[in-house]
Amino acid sequence: MTAYDVTFFALLGACCFLCLYRIAFGPTPPDRAVGIDILGIVIVGFSALSALITGKDYYMNIALAWTLIAFIGTIALAKFLEGRSYDE
Amino acid sequence: MRWAWAFVLSFGFWLLLTWPPGWQELSVGLVAAVVATTFFGRMLRLKTVRRLFDPRRYFWAICYVLVLIYRIFVANLDVAYRVLHPEMPIKPGIVKVKTVLQNEVAKTVLANSITLTPGTLSVDITDDGYLYVHWINVRAMQEEEASSYIVGRFESLLRRIFE
Amino acid sequence: MSEPIGITLIFIGVLFDLLGCIGLIRLPDVYNRLQAATKTVTLGTCLILTGVAVASGTVTIQIKAMLALALVLIASPTAAHALARGAYSLGVKLWEKSVVDRYGEDLGKEGEDEAA
Repeated sequence: MTAYDVTFFALLGACCFLCLYRIAFGPTPPDRAVGIDILGIVIVGFSALSALITGKDYYMNIALAWTLIAFIGTIALAKFLEGRSYDE
Repeated sequence: MRWAWAFVLSFGFWLLLTWPPGWQELSVGLVAAVVATTFFGRMLRLKTVRRLFDPRRYFWAICYVLVLIYRIFVANLDVAYRVLHPEMPIKPGIVKVKTVLQNEVAKTVLANSITLTPGTLSVDITDDGYLYVHWINVRAMQEEEASSYIVGRFESLLRRIFE
Repeated sequence: MSEPIGITLIFIGVLFDLLGCIGLIRLPDVYNRLQAATKTVTLGTCLILTGVAVASGTVTIQIKAMLALALVLIASPTAAHALARGAYSLGVKLWEKSVVDRYGEDLGKEGEDEAA
């Protein structure tokens, strides 16, 4: 771990906390869904960085699987939201 | 023929996913590719496969990717400016634009490109070729003007690639 | 030699990710948040993956980084359309300072046609 790696992980951790804030306090259900979607993409970058720093290639497998599963999960959430009614 | 192509494409994708290949990956991949071909092979069209062997399309695709990368960078600097500006100079709205593209894949790529480029996000598409686009800074409300702003810069290249 | 280039790309990517998440917090409604977050976080993650592929010497990591880049580039705008459509059909209103809403106008027209 060099100083660069610590900086990258700290900044990406800050991103994750901002997304978690939106998931926890989002005023409407779609806001929370957006937070989950973005959190998924940030985590793909996170595990790619882990693969670079540790040199272990199975972290890239995690990144690939996470891309596909986050995509399917977001589509499922969007279909779940569609066709319901929501009063403010 | 169609089934053979579906098998080759899905097996190739599996090999990329599980690089480096060993006998375990190859044997599981054979089973997985056969299962995928059985269920989803009928969705593959031979016309789509034939387009893979046309070098001119590759040339236009590379041009398109370069234009798209430039546009994506402009879009991101634009969004960064709007987010960091203390008063947030945004003027959002949903406008309607028309596209002349007929091919389904071309329409999909167009909608994804619109989402990735300056201040626009496609919301819905109708069967007769209208797109509804959420625009973070509306500059033109009329259909023709908005179309030339949003769709115009991609349409000619996409038509060369896909049609 | 390729390591400094990769580190620079990763740094720019992380900065874009952070900007996107700040946009996710600051902007006023779902559609604007979706716009800012999808664009910047997609570009940021693509830059991180490119940087990893450039800086790493392992062929396995490079192939998988390129594959993940293509998948992110296809998947994330598609997920954004689905969410925007889902949010609209759920009835989440646009921000009150929005200037125009052709989608709502056209949906309203269709509803009247069906009623008549």
